[in-house]
Order: sequence, then C-alpha cells, then structure tokens
Amino acid sequence: MNEEIFFRMTDIDKDYPLAGESVHVLKKVSLTVERGDYLSILGPSGSGKTTLMNIIGCLDTPTAGEYILQGSEVGDLTERELAELRNREIGFVFQNSQLLPRLTARKNVELPLIYAGIRPKERRARAEAMLERVGLRDRMEHLPNQLSGGQQQRVAIARALVGNPAILLADEPTGALDQKTGAQIMGLFQALNEEHRTVIMITHDLNIASHARRVVHIIDGVISEGDTRSLEKGGVS
Amino acid sequence: MMKRLRSWSVMLRESVVMALDNIWGSKVRSFLTLLGIMIGVMAVITLITTVSGVSGTIASSFMNMGVGTLTVTVSGSDLKTGMTPENLATIAALEHVDGVVPSVSLNGRVSYGKEVNTGISVSGRNAYYFQINDEMILQGRSLNFIDDDNHSYVCVISQEIVDTFFLGVNPIGETLLISGLPFTIVGRYEEDSGGGIASIFSGSPAVMIPYTTALKVNNSNDVNSFTVYLVDGADSAEAQQEIEAAMDGIFDYEEDCYTIASMETVEETMNTMTSMMSTLLAGIASIALLVGGIGIMNMMLTTVTERTTEIGLKKALGAMPWQIQVQFLIESFLLSIFGGVIGVVLGLLIGAVCMLVISRNYHYMMNCYPDAGGVYAFTKETFGYDYGFLTAWFLALTYLAIFWANATSLPDSPHVAAWNLM
Repeated sequence: MNEEIFFRMTDIDKDYPLAGESVHVLKKVSLTVERGDYLSILGPSGSGKTTLMNIIGCLDTPTAGEYILQGSEVGDLTERELAELRNREIGFVFQNSQLLPRLTARKNVELPLIYAGIRPKERRARAEAMLERVGLRDRMEHLPNQLSGGQQQRVAIARALVGNPAILLADEPTGALDQKTGAQIMGLFQALNEEHRTVIMITHDLNIASHARRVVHIIDGVISEGDTRSLEKGGVS
Repeated sequence: MMKRLRSWSVMLRESVVMALDNIWGSKVRSFLTLLGIMIGVMAVITLITTVSGVSGTIASSFMNMGVGTLTVTVSGSDLKTGMTPENLATIAALEHVDGVVPSVSLNGRVSYGKEVNTGISVSGRNAYYFQINDEMILQGRSLNFIDDDNHSYVCVISQEIVDTFFLGVNPIGETLLISGLPFTIVGRYEEDSGGGIASIFSGSPAVMIPYTTALKVNNSNDVNSFTVYLVDGADSAEAQQEIEAAMDGIFDYEEDCYTIASMETVEETMNTMTSMMSTLLAGIASIALLVGGIGIMNMMLTTVTERTTEIGLKKALGAMPWQIQVQFLIESFLLSIFGGVIGVVLGLLIGAVCMLVISRNYHYMMNCYPDAGGVYAFTKETFGYDYGFLTAWFLALTYLAIFWANATSLPDSPHVAAWNLM
C-alpha cells in the first residue's frame, strides 16, 4: 500500500441507540488522509462531525465499515492497543482546552508522557521544550485559571504534541476564543503542518475551515469533498 | 517486561501524587468523608479498649479480695445432714488448706433488757475467722479457741447492735439475750472490714458467737456452710480437688451433698458478661464503621460521575482503563488509611481516658464498699437513690441489649464495596 497514506476509511457507518430507535449518525463515510495533510471537516452542529472525530481518534468504534490506521484495522485492536495508539499516534485538542484545573501548565503537558511511562526528568524536559515551542516559556508553572483562553488552548496544543504524535486532531480549537487569538492558533497549526505533521480540524466555522488545505463537509452524516475556493463561492447551508 | 514494570512504577507514583492532590484540593469534602471512617474506627477502638480495661479492672479487684478462698455449701445426704466440727477439722488439716471458717446462722430474737428485736442476723464463727481478720475488732476482745472449745455464751457485736441497744452506753460486759439465752458481750467489731468471700454472698452478720455454741443452741451438730481459706500461693483447682476428695469421703461418696464455689467461678461469670458486652458494643461500633465505609463509597461514586470529563480526557491522552481505575482506588484507599489512622489514635486516647476514669471509680468503690458487689449498690450508696434508680434502669436495658449483640453479625469489610465501584 501507499506509504504516504495515513489512514483510510471505507463505508463507515455509526448508529446510536436512542429511545429504542437507532439513530444513523454516519452514513457510508469514506475518507482517505495522507501524511502531511491539513484537513478540515466542516459541518453544522448535529451533522456527526464530532462522532467522526471520535472514530478517527479511536475513542469510538464504527458500527460498520473499514478503518485502517497506519496499516492496521482499528476494529481488531484491543482496548489496551487502542489506548497505546491514542497515546503514541494521536494528539487531541478540544474546544475548551480541557486542562486539569489543579495541575500547572507543565504538569498538564506531562500527562500523556506519564501514561507512556516516561521518567520524571525526561518528562519535564520534553514538556518544557514543547511549552517553549508554543510560546509559553514564562507561564509553565501557572495553573490553568491563571492563563488566558488563548494561552490555555496553547497549553492544550502542547499537551497534544508532546508525545510527538503523527496526527493532531482538533475539535473546534478556536470555538471559545476571540478572532485574534483564534488566528494565532491557526498560525500555529499552519506552522505545524509545514513541519509535515498531519492536522485534522473540525469546525462549523467556514473562516476557520478555510485555513486548511483540504476541506470536507459533512451534513447529516454524509460527507462530500470540495476545495476551499469552491466553498468560498458556493458555501454550505 | 521492563517497560511494563517501569510504566507501572511511574504510574503508581503519579497516581499517589494526583490522589493526594485531589484529596487536598477538596479539603472539606475529603474531611467529611474521613470523618465517617474516623468515627467508626474510633468507636470500635474506644469501646474495645474500654471494655477490656473494665474487665481487667474487675478481674484484678477479684484477685485482690477473693482468690484463696472457696465457699462450700452443704446440703448433706439422708444419713448425714451436715458437717460436724470433727469433719471441719479434717478439711482444715488438708495440705492446701490454711483454715476453715464455719458459718452457722441462728434464727431467733435478740433482746436487751425490755427491748426486743427480731430482725437481727446472728452467726456462729470460729476463732480462726478472728485470727485472719484480726484488725476488725474495735473494742474488747475477739472470740478465741477457748470459747470454741467451751461452748462459751459470749458474743461480739457490730455497730448496728450498738445503735439499737447501747446508745451512749458501753456495751462490753452487758448481757444480750439471744433466743432466750444470755450471752455476755466481749467485743465490738467493724462491720465493713474483713468480710472476705462469705460476706459477699451472705452479708456481715450483726452478732457473732462461737459456732460450737450456735450448734448447741440449734440443738444440732450440722454445719451447712463454711469457707475454706487456702494456703498462700495454693493452686485453687488442685485445692478444690483435694477438698472434693475429702468431702466425698466424709459423705460416704453419696452424690450431690455439697457445692464448692470459688472466686474463679464468679470471675468466669463476670468474664462471660464482659465479653458479651464487648461483642455488643463492637457490633454497634462496627455499624458506625460500615456507615463510614459507605460514606467513602458514596464520595467515590460522586467523584467518578463528577469527573467523567476528566476520565474521558485521560482516555484520549492514552490512559489505559486500569490506570484510571488505579487512580480512583488509590484515592479511596488513602482516604480510608488517613481516616483509619486518625481514628485509631483518637480511639486509643479516648479509650485510655475512659479506662482511667472507670478503674479509678471502681477502685474507689472497692475501697469504700468492699462488699458492695454491684454498680447499682455503688451508685446508690455514693450518689443517692435517684442515681441508683437510673443506673439500675440502664443496666437492665444493657442486659436486654445482649440479645442484639448475638444478632449483630458483621458483614465483610466495608471497603470491599468501594472496590466494586468501577
């Protein structure tokens, strides 16, 4: 198979049982992402984009379909292997940064390394290096509530990247930020992508989505691909 | 393998740190949770310490007063209805026996001049009794061997008799009529001292006369109750066997002619009672402990439901399910340990204080009323009728509660429930 293909989804279905009925959230989703891609998934709320992200991030499993990540079928992996995969290969950035409130910025960044079983000294060095990389050198020992929203989100990005994952998965990374700080975060993503890191960003905001090189929209669980320019012209409802 | 081990140790250390952090972070809630376990442990330890302290005190006071004596009650057979003075001499001559004190009661009127009183207890004792209780005579002389041998019509009297007949008069040398026979008063004794084991069971008599005279007055040769004083350091079980053998010989191996009660028997009864009490109290305290455990369980449940976001996040960061479980387990474990340690310390301290108070009280009681016998008597004598009444009620309720003690069987450790949480 192609070395450059990071993952390939074929005919993914996801159903949720709800009040006795099965809700069809994802319908025959097929998606291929190559290494170094910068992809945004654009859709209104309730379109199934978070479900799609959970499946990409191995937090959830599809009801039907094939999902091959780095050559292995995710459906065949055990809970332990999935946890290891998340730890090693995937960096998550959530909408509200989701930092642990009682840990300092540095400690928060160290978390994935703790689960990887890395010794304190090395953890500390790597966390500090990563915080420096996102421009928070002088904020390392601050608690999350002593940081601004943009700084918190940058800590979250540092945490996502500290394990040196192959892919960065961001769910509405700028949702809670003002335009200016949002733009800073976008700049950071841009820079990361230029280092040949795969970035997938999920958003409902067309402006944010247009930062990506590739845009996929999802409506009612069905995806369709288009380039940024066509979106700017036609747009989505 | 090495990697697994390393990740384990790294994880464990971080989990402890995080758990401590979480406990410290919500101080009030952690403290309230601790409180349950703490009080439970404290209650158990306090009660057990106190009860064992009490039984220790009781046992030691029995040691002080009762060990070394055996009380023999004789019912006799059809042919032989009691012990003769010669039989008593046989017992007194045994290897383990220091001496024998017979107790022969007289039922009769006691009168002095024109005053008559019928409710006075008169008991026949021997010279040996006054020998070993030599400090009890306050005035005059005691009864001696000559009185025993001669069936003398002499008596010693207690304060009760002085109060009844001789207010303001020196009683020594006066004549008292007992069952119509004249007895010369030769001495006055202090009622509350030197009662020994006999007085616990029968109370001190108001008048004592030589037992040989008492037998004569009763027109019989039967002694039906006597106390055996053992040689210092004699083994009470061996002595009892020896006495039983001698008694069997005297009663021609008929069955059920006598019973021997030792202080050990009384002590055993007391021990059974205190152990029942401690079971009861420990049972009640264990309920407190169980409730404390449930408190921790509840807190961990709310913590888990409250922190689903945190759990989800940690999963996303690559935590394995066991790593998350371990973190919560360590948290509840640490809470239990803290609560337990604090509870043990407090429980021991409170228990020690309780024990001191109780043993002081008990010793005070034993000093004031060597033959008072029970908590009721003690309270009544010391604090008055009302408190005695209250105490008697509480005692009665406590004895009722013994049924509960038997019904309270302890379930498994409450912590088990917490382990099933995840």
